[in-house]
Amino acid sequence: MGEGRQVGKGVRIRGAICTVIGIVIAIYVLFPFYLVVLNAFKAQTSIVESPVSLAGAKFTQLLTNLSSVVNNSNFNFWYAFATSAVVTIVSLVLLALLGSMAAWVISRNHKTKWATAIYMVFIASMIIPFQVVMLPLISTFRDVGKFLGISMLQSIPGIVFAYLGFGGAMTVFILTGFIKGIPYDLEEAAAIDGCSPEGTFFRIILPLLTPVITTVTILNGMWIWNDYLLPSLMLGQNGKVKTLPVAVQAFVGSYVKQWDLILTAALLAILPMIILFLIAQKQIMKGMIEGAVKG
Amino acid sequence: MNGLGKKVLSPILLIAGILMMIIALVLDFSGAETTLRGPMLIIGAVLFFVGLYLFPTLRYHRAIVYFIFLFPLLFTFAVTVIIPLILGIGYSFTDWTGIRYTQVVGFANYTAMFKDPAFIWSVLITFLFVALNMILVNLVGFLLALLCTSGLRGGGFFRASYFLPNLIGGIVLGYIWQFVFSNVLIGLTGNISMISQTKSALFAIIVVYIWQYAGYIMLIYITGLTQIPGDVLEAAKIDGASPVQTLFQVKIPMIASTITICTFLTLTSAFKQFDVNMALTNGTGSVPNFLGNYLSNGTQMLALNIYNTAISKNNYALGQAKAVLFFIILAIVSLIQVRMSNKKEVEL
Repeated sequence: MGEGRQVGKGVRIRGAICTVIGIVIAIYVLFPFYLVVLNAFKAQTSIVESPVSLAGAKFTQLLTNLSSVVNNSNFNFWYAFATSAVVTIVSLVLLALLGSMAAWVISRNHKTKWATAIYMVFIASMIIPFQVVMLPLISTFRDVGKFLGISMLQSIPGIVFAYLGFGGAMTVFILTGFIKGIPYDLEEAAAIDGCSPEGTFFRIILPLLTPVITTVTILNGMWIWNDYLLPSLMLGQNGKVKTLPVAVQAFVGSYVKQWDLILTAALLAILPMIILFLIAQKQIMKGMIEGAVKG
Repeated sequence: MNGLGKKVLSPILLIAGILMMIIALVLDFSGAETTLRGPMLIIGAVLFFVGLYLFPTLRYHRAIVYFIFLFPLLFTFAVTVIIPLILGIGYSFTDWTGIRYTQVVGFANYTAMFKDPAFIWSVLITFLFVALNMILVNLVGFLLALLCTSGLRGGGFFRASYFLPNLIGGIVLGYIWQFVFSNVLIGLTGNISMISQTKSALFAIIVVYIWQYAGYIMLIYITGLTQIPGDVLEAAKIDGASPVQTLFQVKIPMIASTITICTFLTLTSAFKQFDVNMALTNGTGSVPNFLGNYLSNGTQMLALNIYNTAISKNNYALGQAKAVLFFIILAIVSLIQVRMSNKKEVEL
């Protein structure tokens, strides 16, 4: 009896210590976010005076900061936000659709040489760093654009096209692994009932892929939404079309040390992702884990 | 659609599509100043594919569907990855300016970069940064995972908050931390911002990187730790193993594959580190004497060095050669990873 109570007490003390450590680390991790939110409510002078304390934080100041950031011609928040949203959503939908189509063909022909070869090229390409293709990519896109008379640089379709190319390998890799696990009998039964191969794919296979499509969409979405290098090279720093990370970079570059504006811009840039995370926390964390373990 | 409709429509579409593509290509090569050629080529290609899809055959219908399903992704992949890769490797042996090249220079770009002390410095600090990060991020991530699986109350909240920084893009993150270092922590560091001195700035980049990445690595370790069967831990407890013994002799050996995954994940992502480096210090930092030279790129990692060589200094051929070297390093790392994980599987 006595021993049991002691053990219980020990566990409780250990639990309490762990909780305290956990809270301390959480404060450390969340502290920069606190600073961003807090200082978005302040004017430049009170930020410089006391960046940590609540002194000088006013709601009216937040509105002033917000309006000067949102209406800034270098930042152009709503336009950048809309561009990022369109690029991300269109890329994700196309990657999910075209990725599942390709992965289905590859996994249903995995015994043939050509499908194996395509699959191997996709897997091998995942080690290619963006840096080694970025410079020729820009010149290729410039040439293709001139050749066709359709601008591939400084345009949303061009960026979406590039994301399809760069996201394709990982998407196909994860989807193929999943489709291989779907019994072939299902498709044979549909074929006997007179269903065409494309009908089988869209009516039977695609609905079964929902969980794994969620995973690849989260993985691709996190990367595409936050990506800076590709859009900055393709769109240019001072181009008309800007995604959110490019706009932040252009804005900060033109307002060195104007922390009231920079931190308000940072708040606007991180807010959509945080809201999304609060809504779909479980799926996002699960998707990130699955992507890492499979990739 | 009935059989007869297909028989008539399919050849019409196929021919129309091919014709439109040929006309568009002819216009392109002749350099005609009409804006129609691009849309014409695309419409032609679409018509061709629709015609192909409607082609009246039962025998080859499946093969046609396979082709149409594979083509779009393979095409974008070839144009954005394969062709630039091949061109890029080729350009690294020329005097390419980003637009054209006039002559093949052999290995001149490769020898030039090893004569540049700034580049050698970048390579060295990148290796240092990668090694330190690999160890520290894994250690911190693993300890956080142990903390979160140790019967902590409100574990979900802690997991989510530790993971939160991973959601934010490197550019924004870099600027937030620039503020933290130069306005908030400046009181603790004697009125000199950490990011203004080369050595402490490198340390600062590591701090930010751990802050951003450890939460993600923690999630993967938590998955590994929770997959250890409960009866194994129970057995260890009954045999009188202390928590430390259980950790080193049961838990760590059982998550060996997770450790491999996390190690290489941190390794490759640390190598490619660019955004935070750019936003936090932009590679600046003075090095008074390195191989007898004064350097001003004290915190410039390899990826940023490649970018600055090509984009800021407008030396595309040299930047491309550095990028090829970067690719070779990453390819070797990945091959070692594949080797190691295959070996582990055999052992199991």
